[in-house]
Amino acid sequence: MTPMIAVKDLSKTFVLHLQGSTRLPVFDAVSFEVAAGECLALVGPSGAGKSTLLRSLYGNYRPDGGSLAVRHEGGAVDLMTAEPRTVLTLRRRTIGHVSQFLRVIPRVATLDVVAEPAIALGEAPESARARAAALLERLNIAPGMHGLAPATFSGGEQQRVNVARGFLVDYPVLLLDEPTASLDTANRDVVVDLILEARARGAAVVGIFHDAAVRDRVADRCFDLSAFRTAA
Amino acid sequence: MSAPLLQVEALGHRFGRIVACRDIAFAMHAGEVLGIVGESGSGKTTLLNCLAGRLAPTCGRVLYDMRVKGSTDLYALSEPERRLLMRTDLGFVTQNPRDALRMGISAGGNVGERLMVNGARHYGAIRDSAADWLGRVELDPGRMDDRPGTYSGGMQQRLQIAKTLVVKPRLVFMDEPTGGLDVSVQARLLDLLRGLVRELGLSAVIVTHDLAVARLLADRLMVMRAGEVVEQGLTDQVLDDPHHPYTQLLVSSVLQP
Amino acid sequence: MSAAEKTRPGDPAYNFGYLDEQTKRMIRRGLLKAVAIPGYQVPFASREMPLPYGWGTGGIQVTASIIGPHDRLKVIDQGADDTTNAVSIRRFFQRVTAVETTEETAQATLIQTRHRIPERDLTDDQILVYQVPIPEPLRQLEPRESECRKIHAWQEYGVMHVGLYEDIARWGHIARTYDYPVMVNERYLSAPSPIPKFDNPKMTRMAALQLFGAGREKRLYAIPPHTDVRSLDFEDHPFEVQHWDEVCGLCGAAESFLDEVILDDRGGHMYVCSDSDFCRHRREQGHRGAMAGHEAVRGLTEQAS
Repeated sequence: MTPMIAVKDLSKTFVLHLQGSTRLPVFDAVSFEVAAGECLALVGPSGAGKSTLLRSLYGNYRPDGGSLAVRHEGGAVDLMTAEPRTVLTLRRRTIGHVSQFLRVIPRVATLDVVAEPAIALGEAPESARARAAALLERLNIAPGMHGLAPATFSGGEQQRVNVARGFLVDYPVLLLDEPTASLDTANRDVVVDLILEARARGAAVVGIFHDAAVRDRVADRCFDLSAFRTAA
Repeated sequence: MSAPLLQVEALGHRFGRIVACRDIAFAMHAGEVLGIVGESGSGKTTLLNCLAGRLAPTCGRVLYDMRVKGSTDLYALSEPERRLLMRTDLGFVTQNPRDALRMGISAGGNVGERLMVNGARHYGAIRDSAADWLGRVELDPGRMDDRPGTYSGGMQQRLQIAKTLVVKPRLVFMDEPTGGLDVSVQARLLDLLRGLVRELGLSAVIVTHDLAVARLLADRLMVMRAGEVVEQGLTDQVLDDPHHPYTQLLVSSVLQP
Repeated sequence: MSAAEKTRPGDPAYNFGYLDEQTKRMIRRGLLKAVAIPGYQVPFASREMPLPYGWGTGGIQVTASIIGPHDRLKVIDQGADDTTNAVSIRRFFQRVTAVETTEETAQATLIQTRHRIPERDLTDDQILVYQVPIPEPLRQLEPRESECRKIHAWQEYGVMHVGLYEDIARWGHIARTYDYPVMVNERYLSAPSPIPKFDNPKMTRMAALQLFGAGREKRLYAIPPHTDVRSLDFEDHPFEVQHWDEVCGLCGAAESFLDEVILDDRGGHMYVCSDSDFCRHRREQGHRGAMAGHEAVRGLTEQAS
């Protein structure tokens, strides 16, 4: 079966030009594949480059070498060479991303923040908002908060809004950066259920899960990045 | 894959001995929003004027995908053809709305002008259209007979946007559309622009020195310095993982409130 | 002194028609071009005239260039033959050409006018010369001359409707009453000079040749006989001319352009035809207005007849 994500010989080094051109190597020769329905957990100590790898998979960071293929509408797209608009199409249709921190446009109501990806895919706004409201409620965000902008919400609430936004559309690929980090047990269980449901419908998931219990419940493989660390 | 809406080849412009921009090349497709960032004097506005048909470049070509003729060099068109294109397919939003508005003509007349210039001759229809567009940029249609001079700076900028979009251009050029406005007014205008770009599926080229504006509005970014593009890519790529020393300087210079 | 010069009519100190022959040729060449391109503004080297700008120096130069010893000249200002401007221009041409002058519209071969077109239909053996202060109809909307030229060249005239739009938005109707812009031969937008829009319909397909001269702005233009002239308007606000509830107090005319005349300082007033020749003819034919023969208007009728 063709993998949903195929990473080959990926390397990334940050060069800080403003600080004496310091070179910060992150990882080198990283290769792995993730199939549909599979969940790969990225592990390694802090600073091992887990988030950098996840952001590279989303096309947010640009690695220096290797290839990074994502299955998209029947073909494979290499994010390393794809045109910006192709990457945007991938993000709209194929890759869902739940980042560590909610980064949204100021003053937009929570419900619209969550419903937006579905509307962008052509769903009718009413139906997208109705589904968004249901998902938010499942994540214990009370309807009274749906009309407010999430900027004033607590860390955990923002995190759940972020999760809702990432899960409203059934993306074939899901990238999750600490989706349960600041959640209480009850909410953590909801997120775990959401991830398992996504896997069941065939989504390929790559995630960073700090919480070992969560990791054990959702992931079937671990990928330790500390082994790919390169010397400066 | 469809032809690019705008294709720029080896474009350069010089004012006498001063090189304003050089070796600019990129392609832009329908529905894309391209941001051009860089400090003042980096050639952003000169480039924008060349792209928009307002300034003939010294060298290179600006190819625009015309509705009937297909991909055509803007500056190979005859002047009347280019002017026709500029008042139908292309829009331009200037930093100072007073440069684009007729201050002696009512707000409704300003919006309606673009329709009349393009041949509209039914007063009622022109007025309905103008009122509709004033509403869409969140101006009170009840004030459509007031002159722009009675509007605040932020309202004048909204009016200019309505005047630009009323003819449904395919490609809009904006030169610092939120410059010179105070922060809260600027934020509301950005919300509005973002909504309109989404709703209308507009293609746009936006020149700004404000990285936050670029992040909010642009899909793609070109970073200019001393007349050259030093880095380009997806907006979040360029801002979150800047590679060029100058881009790193720009990104690190932003103050966090 | 040659024989020809001895028999030259008019003040011997001046060439016939005041202008020298080379200047007249230059202006006639400009007029030929203007006739060939109806409505197009032809630049010409306007001369200093013995009248100030604004007194009809453009019209006078046109008249001076085309007038011949056998012409019969009529000069009107605001429709009347007896107003200051008309009287002084008529006297000027009497002096420099010694041509016959007339107040009878039908008798004139050449009519120089300011602000009116005679009520009586003109014929194909007559020429109407307009004095024009601002020949550029786009001037108020576009101050740049270079841009105006481009707009004319490429017929980008849509912007002219902005002014009309503003009128309707403010007053509910097109309030512009004079110098109302026209399309000549469906090609060039032109200023009809400050005639009331009441006269605009007379311009279209007029049998007489219409010539326009702007002295200060140094422009000539023309509307050849039987040329289409269309006043700009909107589909839902068609062009309309002025109407009066009153009729002429002297001759009772209901279809002519009326001037309001103040009779005393107690609010007494009346309306009279602005075309004095037209009004006199009607009175001679026996038409009587409500004020005819009234003591208050005796001076008015005596002066006008």
